[in-house]
Amino acid sequence: MGRYLLRRLLLLVPVLLGVSVVVFLVLHLSPGDPAEIMLGSQASQADVARLRADLGLDEPLPLQYARWMAHVLQGDLGRSIRMRQPVLGEVLIRFRATLILTTTALFLSTVCGIALGVLSAARPRSLVDRLSTLGSIFGASMPSFWLGLVLMVCFSLWLGWLPASGMYGAHGTGGLADLLSHLALPAVTLAAASTTIIARLTRSTMLDILRQDFVRTARAKGLVERGVVLRHALRNALIPTVTVVGVQAGYLLGGAILTETVFAWPGVGTLMIQGILARDFPLVQGCVLVIALGFVLFNLAVDLLYAFLDPRIRYE
Amino acid sequence: MRPPRVLRRIPRNQLALAAGLVMAAAVLAALLAPYLPLLDPDAVDTPNRLRPPGSPGHLLGTDEFGRDMLARLVWGGRISLLAGFATASVSMLVGGLLGVHAGYWGGRVDTVVMRLTDILMAFPYILLAIAIVAGLGPGLANAMVAIAIVGFPLYTRLARGLVLSLREREFVEAARALGSSDRSILRRHLLPHLLAPVVVAWSLDVGAKILATAGLSFLGLGTQPPTADWGSMLATARTFVILRPHVALLPGLAIFVVVLSLNILGDALQDFLDPRLRHG
Repeated sequence: MGRYLLRRLLLLVPVLLGVSVVVFLVLHLSPGDPAEIMLGSQASQADVARLRADLGLDEPLPLQYARWMAHVLQGDLGRSIRMRQPVLGEVLIRFRATLILTTTALFLSTVCGIALGVLSAARPRSLVDRLSTLGSIFGASMPSFWLGLVLMVCFSLWLGWLPASGMYGAHGTGGLADLLSHLALPAVTLAAASTTIIARLTRSTMLDILRQDFVRTARAKGLVERGVVLRHALRNALIPTVTVVGVQAGYLLGGAILTETVFAWPGVGTLMIQGILARDFPLVQGCVLVIALGFVLFNLAVDLLYAFLDPRIRYE
Repeated sequence: MRPPRVLRRIPRNQLALAAGLVMAAAVLAALLAPYLPLLDPDAVDTPNRLRPPGSPGHLLGTDEFGRDMLARLVWGGRISLLAGFATASVSMLVGGLLGVHAGYWGGRVDTVVMRLTDILMAFPYILLAIAIVAGLGPGLANAMVAIAIVGFPLYTRLARGLVLSLREREFVEAARALGSSDRSILRRHLLPHLLAPVVVAWSLDVGAKILATAGLSFLGLGTQPPTADWGSMLATARTFVILRPHVALLPGLAIFVVVLSLNILGDALQDFLDPRLRHG
């Protein structure tokens, strides 16, 4: 396992370098002068020149990249132009909110997806199976930001059960109950599409496994069907499911940007959008870098978990 | 005269037929928008703002500026559909060509192309699109460029994988032994085999691209006001959703129905083009 871990960590280096190049280029893709774009057309030449010097825009591109990387490796993502504060501190505060949303959505989609998949596979063509299939078709076609608005209209406006936006209520306690009530709608919105994907994969894997000889043997031994499905089939079906759960974890980080905007969730996604609209490039770079790093690390964690569950992978 | 095989199969899949009709209606409405008896989609009429569906003169009501929702949905559909079809097509062409080259010639071309796709796929799809728009600046054209860029690795990987398996097959060996040039082998022998899977992927991808464009517009990074597309309509409606839910529900429903129809059609096309699924 140690050698596998080392190999995976080494493979991560070129990916992270590539990610950093792309994030760096975000600032330099602009057709015009980034300093002028950031400061707007009203800025004086002196201000533009000062910002150009601050950002090192006069230097050759490879040198700018090397300088930027050196700062990033020391934890310095620059200063936000809009907030006049170090980017890293603000991004990390917001990333905590994004992680709360993403991990809750991942938990919901994993539990509901596996449960739906197992129920569908155990009773193919039943009502649950048909509803689950219908849900997977709908889930792939429904814009998450629209689903969020629909849920907001139903549960906040019409029923008045849950708050419509934010992470804590203005007059709330700021405790766990307050957080959970605010988290419910964004987490369900974000989890919806992933739930259908996990359910579909679990169903097809379970159907394959339920036809195999060892399952027939377990039934022939007289085991109750519940034990066959849960103890024999599900354990084997979990390996491919873990892979798709991991992939979904990464995509939930990206999808959170839209969900956060719908529910005014104070995560790194809303911070990034504010940064883009204010042309605050250091802030945008910091947000993109942190989310991309989270995505890469999520994928690494899944690869390691996969290797832990299936020893064959470690020896390939 | 018997109808063509494609048409004879359609009645068996009534869901696909319904999806086809929905798409035909959406595309026709988008194409014929200038000739349809619709109100000006950008005409502001503040005394009649936020009218509910069924109001006199406004079948689907009005938005926060009193603009006719039906007209804006139809005109917005032009942009959303164009963005979906155009970005998916550009991704397919660029990604497909890169994949074919990487798979057929291998070596350094393959290494460079595949590392590029690895890096692009190391980002969540929407994050990379947002990052590119951040650099290029908000706007529909830039959003479409961003979505086309983040979409091409899918086709590159698909085309490369197919070419890698096809180039070792006997019929390619035979063509090479008979003296066919690489160009001729690619055009006459490999491309026809690539067409079906790539077209299926494209048909499923158009819906994803419509969702992505709408997502960027929803974030304020795509279509800019007063021009309407379904995503930007949803974005502005967000503020008024508590007062009048229809302003947010209608554009979302339009996206949902069109993308659902495209996904059903894509699945049906896959079943049709894959003989194993057809007879399975």
